[in-house]
Amino acid sequence: MTKPWTPRIVAFFCNWCTYTAADLAGVSRLKYASNVRVIRLMCSGRVDPQFILDALARGADGVLIGGCHPGDCHYVEGNYKMLRRFELLKRMLVDFGIEPQRVRLEWISAAEGEKVKTVINEMTQQLQALGPLGMPQKFTAWDQELEHLAQAVQARDAAAGPCPTHAAPSPTPEVVHV
Amino acid sequence: MSAKKEELRIGFYVCHCGHNIASMVDCVAVARSVEKLPGVALARDYKYMCSDPGQVLIQQDIREHKLNRIVVASCSPLLHEHTFRGATEAGGLNPFYFHMVNIREHDSWVHTDRQEATEKAKALAEAAIRRVAHHKALEIKKVPIHPDVLVVGGGIAGIHAAMTLANAGKKVYLVEREPSIGGHMAKFDKTFPTLDCAACILTPKMSEVGSHPNITLWTYSDVTKVDGYVGNYTVQVKRKARYIIEDLCTGCQDCIPNCVFKEPKFTDDFNEGLGKRKPVYIPFPQATPQVVVIDPEVCLNFKRGKNPDGSPIVSDKCKKTCVEACGEKNAIDFTQKDELKEIKVGNIIVCTGFKTFDAGRVPAYGYGTYKNVYTSLEIERLVNASGPTGGEVILREGKNPDGSPKTPKSIGIIHCVGSRDKKTNIWCSRVCCMYSMKLAHLLKEHTDAELYNFYIDMRTPGKGYEEFYNKLLEEGTHFIRGRVGEVTDWAMTPEEEGKLVIRVEDTLAGVVRRIPVDMVVLATGLEPQADAGDVRRLFNMSCGGDGWFLERHPKLAPVNTFTDGVFLAGCCQGPKDIPDTVAQAGAAAAEAMVLIDRGYVEQEPNTAFILDQECSGCKSCIPLCPYTAILFDEERKKAYINEALCKGCGTCVGACPSSSIVQNLFEDSEIFSEIEGVLSYD
Amino acid sequence: MSKPKVAFYWCASCGGCEETVVDLAEDILGVVEKVDIVLWPVAMDFKYKDVAALPDKSIFATLLNGAIRMSEQEELAVLLRRKSQYLIAYGACAQLGGIPALANQFSREQVLKFNYEDCPALANEAKTRPQAQFTEAGRTPHLSQLHHVVRTLDQVVDVDFYIPGCPPTPNLTKAAFEALLSGKLPPKGAVLAPDIALCDECERKATKPTDVAFTEFKRPHQGLWDSGKCFLAQGVVCMGPATRSGCGAACTSGNMPCTGCFGPTSRVRDQGAKMLSSLCSNVAAKDVAGIQQALAGIPDPVGTFYRYGLAKSLLRRRVDLPA
Repeated sequence: MTKPWTPRIVAFFCNWCTYTAADLAGVSRLKYASNVRVIRLMCSGRVDPQFILDALARGADGVLIGGCHPGDCHYVEGNYKMLRRFELLKRMLVDFGIEPQRVRLEWISAAEGEKVKTVINEMTQQLQALGPLGMPQKFTAWDQELEHLAQAVQARDAAAGPCPTHAAPSPTPEVVHV
Repeated sequence: MSAKKEELRIGFYVCHCGHNIASMVDCVAVARSVEKLPGVALARDYKYMCSDPGQVLIQQDIREHKLNRIVVASCSPLLHEHTFRGATEAGGLNPFYFHMVNIREHDSWVHTDRQEATEKAKALAEAAIRRVAHHKALEIKKVPIHPDVLVVGGGIAGIHAAMTLANAGKKVYLVEREPSIGGHMAKFDKTFPTLDCAACILTPKMSEVGSHPNITLWTYSDVTKVDGYVGNYTVQVKRKARYIIEDLCTGCQDCIPNCVFKEPKFTDDFNEGLGKRKPVYIPFPQATPQVVVIDPEVCLNFKRGKNPDGSPIVSDKCKKTCVEACGEKNAIDFTQKDELKEIKVGNIIVCTGFKTFDAGRVPAYGYGTYKNVYTSLEIERLVNASGPTGGEVILREGKNPDGSPKTPKSIGIIHCVGSRDKKTNIWCSRVCCMYSMKLAHLLKEHTDAELYNFYIDMRTPGKGYEEFYNKLLEEGTHFIRGRVGEVTDWAMTPEEEGKLVIRVEDTLAGVVRRIPVDMVVLATGLEPQADAGDVRRLFNMSCGGDGWFLERHPKLAPVNTFTDGVFLAGCCQGPKDIPDTVAQAGAAAAEAMVLIDRGYVEQEPNTAFILDQECSGCKSCIPLCPYTAILFDEERKKAYINEALCKGCGTCVGACPSSSIVQNLFEDSEIFSEIEGVLSYD
Repeated sequence: MSKPKVAFYWCASCGGCEETVVDLAEDILGVVEKVDIVLWPVAMDFKYKDVAALPDKSIFATLLNGAIRMSEQEELAVLLRRKSQYLIAYGACAQLGGIPALANQFSREQVLKFNYEDCPALANEAKTRPQAQFTEAGRTPHLSQLHHVVRTLDQVVDVDFYIPGCPPTPNLTKAAFEALLSGKLPPKGAVLAPDIALCDECERKATKPTDVAFTEFKRPHQGLWDSGKCFLAQGVVCMGPATRSGCGAACTSGNMPCTGCFGPTSRVRDQGAKMLSSLCSNVAAKDVAGIQQALAGIPDPVGTFYRYGLAKSLLRRRVDLPA
C-alpha cells in the first residue's frame, strides 16, 4: 500500500515574526495543509543557502523561508541579507533546473497568522501541481550507471577466478594517524 | 583517535495537553516511533508535561535512567521552553541539553487529518532527536540591569507607570511629546461611570509627577533613537525648543496677557480647535509642567523659513513685550535650539496612546460639512468648565433671535463612528458606548435637551457600567438601535427645517426613522497613533494587523512585548478605558521592577563566536553585524565577536564563506540534523 | 627489500596534475628513489592487465587525478582502489569534479551532439559518434562509454585522502609524499591542505576594508585591476574567502581572482552556496530591483561558484537531466 504523493515542504521561520505568526495560526485554530515542517531560527538572516540546498537534496519538494517584513527585522537588517541571497539563489536554482516556485521567501509578521495559512496552502498546491522534486530518488537513478559496471566486474571476476592475494604484501610504513 | 563519546541517552516526552494535542495526534504512536530511534533511552507520553508531575517525571527519569538529553514534544517553545529547560536543569543536566518540539500550535491545532498530524509529529520529533544529539552544555549569561526606566508618553498610562516606579524608589524619565502631560484624559470633563471630574483625579497625579524627586519629566520631547538591549538601553531624546528656559519659568504666565497679540487668534489644539490661543501659551490651566511655550510658527519674533539646521529664524522684529513682562526671570530665549539628550535605562514602558478616528472619513455623517456635527472629544471640551466656552454648550452655527449663541434643544449621539465597520476599523473601540452615555448625561445636565443615542449594540461590560446604562434609561435618554445611515440638513417637514436630520433604521421597531436634532455628536472610535509604525520600529516592537502594538501573549504576557525590557501600557496596545489602562500601567511598572530588583537578566546563550584558528580574516562578516559586535584584530588579522554586543541573529554565521563562525544553539550541525530529521518520514 | 609501490593514474583531466608531479623537478628523484612506480600512463608504458595481476592492496598509494566520467575511468578507479592501500584523489577534478564536472549542467546527448555535430571547429560531416563497440577484421573491440554524470573519485570508490588544486602545487604534493612515506597521516578523509580560507595567505588581505558593500560585480576581463588591492574590494568575484588555502595565493599573486579550485574548508558542505551567501549578504541595495541590478554582474552563478565543485555540490548536477 503506497500513500499518494504529497509535497514535502521544509520551512525556516524566524523566531520573532513568522514562527510567532505560525503559533498565532495555531492559537487561532486556522487550518492548513500538513505538508510543512518548520525549523525555527532566530532570524531569516541565519538561513544559510546550504540549508536550502541540503533540504532539497534530502527530499524536500519545496523550501519556504519566513522572515519579518522589510524594516521590521528584530535584528535590524537580517531579512535584507536573506533577501539578497534569495535573489541570486533563485536565479541559480533555475540554472540547476529547479522551478522557482520551489523556493519561496515570504515576509510574515507576528500578527499574520492568516498569511501563514495562505502561503502554506498556496505553496502546497503549487508543489502538488509541479510534482515531486525527488532528489534522493534522482541520485539513486543517476548512480544506476555505476551499478552496471559493478555487476559486469563481478561477473567477469567470477569467471576469472579469485585474484591472487597470497603474494607478499608491500613493505608498509608504520601508520600513525595524527 | 578521539576519546569514546559519552553514550547518548535521550529521554523523549510527548504531551497530550489534555485533548489539545491528543485529539489530533496519536501521542502513543509518536512515542512508540521515537522509541526506536538511535540514542533514545526512553519515550513516554503524558497528559500534561508542563504540570508539576510532568516536570518531576523528567527529573526522575534523568536520575533513574541516566538520561543526558531531553526532548519534549508539546506546545510552542515560545511558551514552555523555559519551563522544560528548568526541569532539565532540576534533573541535574545542563538546561541546553533540552530541545522542544511544537506539535500543538504547529500541528494538532492547525491540521484536521489525525494520521497526517501524527506523521508530522513523528517527523518533527525525529528532527529534535537528531538535533539534540549535537547540543552542547551552555552557560546562561547574566547581564546587569540599569535601574532607571524610560516611560514614553505622559497620558494616564505613562503617569501611572512613572508614579508607581518612582514611588518604589526607581528613577524614571517620563518623555512626552506635547508641552504638557495629561494626554487624552486631561481633555475629559468627567469619567464614566462614576462621573468624577477627570481633572480632579488626574491633575493631582500630574503635579505629583512634575515634582517627584525620582521623575525627570521631559515634555515637548521626542525619543529619537534607541540602542542596546534589555537592561542596557541607550536612548536619545530630542527636547524640542519651546523658547522658554524651563528652570527659569515660574509659571506666572505674565507673558501671555502681555503678548503683542491682544486677542488669542491661533487654533488651540488642546481644545480641539474650539478655542483660540496666543503664540505664547500654556495648553491648559493645570498643565504640567507649569511652563509656557512659544509657537515659532506664529510668533512675530520669528520669520518665515528655517535655518540650515532646521530651526526657525529669529527676526527680532517684535517688540517682545513678553520678555518685558517676564522681567528679571529672563525665562524667554528666542535663540533656544532643539537639544539632544542621551540617557541610559534598563527598561522602557511605551504608553503612546491612541488617536481618535477622523470623523471626516465617514462623509455621510456630515462632519466638516454641517457645523453642528461634533466629535465626542469636542463635546468633552464643550461641557468642560475650563473649556473654550466655560462649560456652556452652545452650537457652532445658529443664533437665538437676540443674537446670543444657541443652545441645542435636541441632540443625537451616533455610536460606533469608524468602529465595527469593515470600511474603516473592524474593531470595537470599547469605550464609546460608555462615554456616549456619559456625554448624554452631561449634555442633558447642561442643556436639558432631548437626547438620542443611536447604537448597534450596547456594550457595557465593566464594574458599574450596566448600572450606568440603566441610570441613563431612567433619565429618559432615548436609545435607538440601528446604524445611522446619514445626517442631512434636507428637511422634508416643517419640523425638520433648520435642523440636522438623522436617518436611521430602528431595528427594534422595524421602521426607518428621521429624527431632527440641533446637534449631532459622533462617538468616534480609537485608532493607533499616526506614527505608530515609526514608534514600533524605534522600540523594536511588533504591530498587529490592525496597527496596535502587539503584546507578547494576549493572556499571559499582556504588557510584555517581543523585545525584552520593553513593555506596553494603555491604548497603544488596543482600545481600553481608564481603569484598564491604569491597571495595565501598574502591571508594566511591576514587570520593569521585576527586572530591576532582580538586578540582572539571563541572556539566551545563542550568541555567535568565531573559530579563531579557522578564520581567514576575509572580513565578509564584519559589515553584516548591525550591532558592530564583530571586530577585526589588525594584529592577528582575524575577526572576533564581542559577545556582549552579539544578539544572536546568526546572520554572520549564515554568511561566513568558510563556515568559521558558530552560533550557539543554532550550530550548522544542529540545523542540518534537523533538516535530515524533518525529511525522515515516509 | 622492495620499495613501496606507487601508481599515478589520470581520468577525466587536462594533464595539469601530471605536470605537477613532473614539476617536483629534482624532488621527483627523491620520490622515485623511495618508491617503485607501477603505473603511470602519462610517462611510462604499463598494461592494465599488469595492474590487475597485482595482489590486492599491494600498491602502497595511488594518486588518481581527473574526474570519473567514462566507464574505463570508473573501471580503473575500482581496480586501483582494490589494489591500493591508500587511494588519493589528486587534484580538483578527482576531489570535486573539477572543470569536467561543469558538464553536469548538460545531458550526455547535449554534450555528444555539440562535440560531434554542432561544434563550429568540427569537421565531421558524417556526424559520426563514438560507438560502444565495432567490428573490424573479425574482432569486436569494446570502447569506453561516456557516463551521464561526471563524478568525483569518492562518488565511485572509497577515498583515503585528498590533495586539492587545479593543479595541486608541487609543495603540497611533496608534503603529501613525505606524510605518506613517514606514516604521519591525518585521519582518513582529510584534505592534505590547510583548513583555512585563502585570504589567510593572500597578500592583498590587508587592503580589504571592513565595510565592503557591493553595488556591482565585475568579471576579470571587464577591467584592469589594481595589482595590490583585494579583488572583492574592487567588486570582482574572488572565491578566496570560500576556498582552502595552500596554493600560496598563486592566482591573486598573478593578478587574477581566486576561482575556488582548492575547494571548501572541511566545515562547509557546499562551497558555491557559501560563497553566494557571503557575497549577496554584502550587497548594498535593500530593494529587489537594486539587488538584482548589483547581482546582474554574476551572469552565471553555477559557473562562478561551482567552477570546480559542481559534482561535489549538494545538488551535484542539473536536476532535470536524464539518468
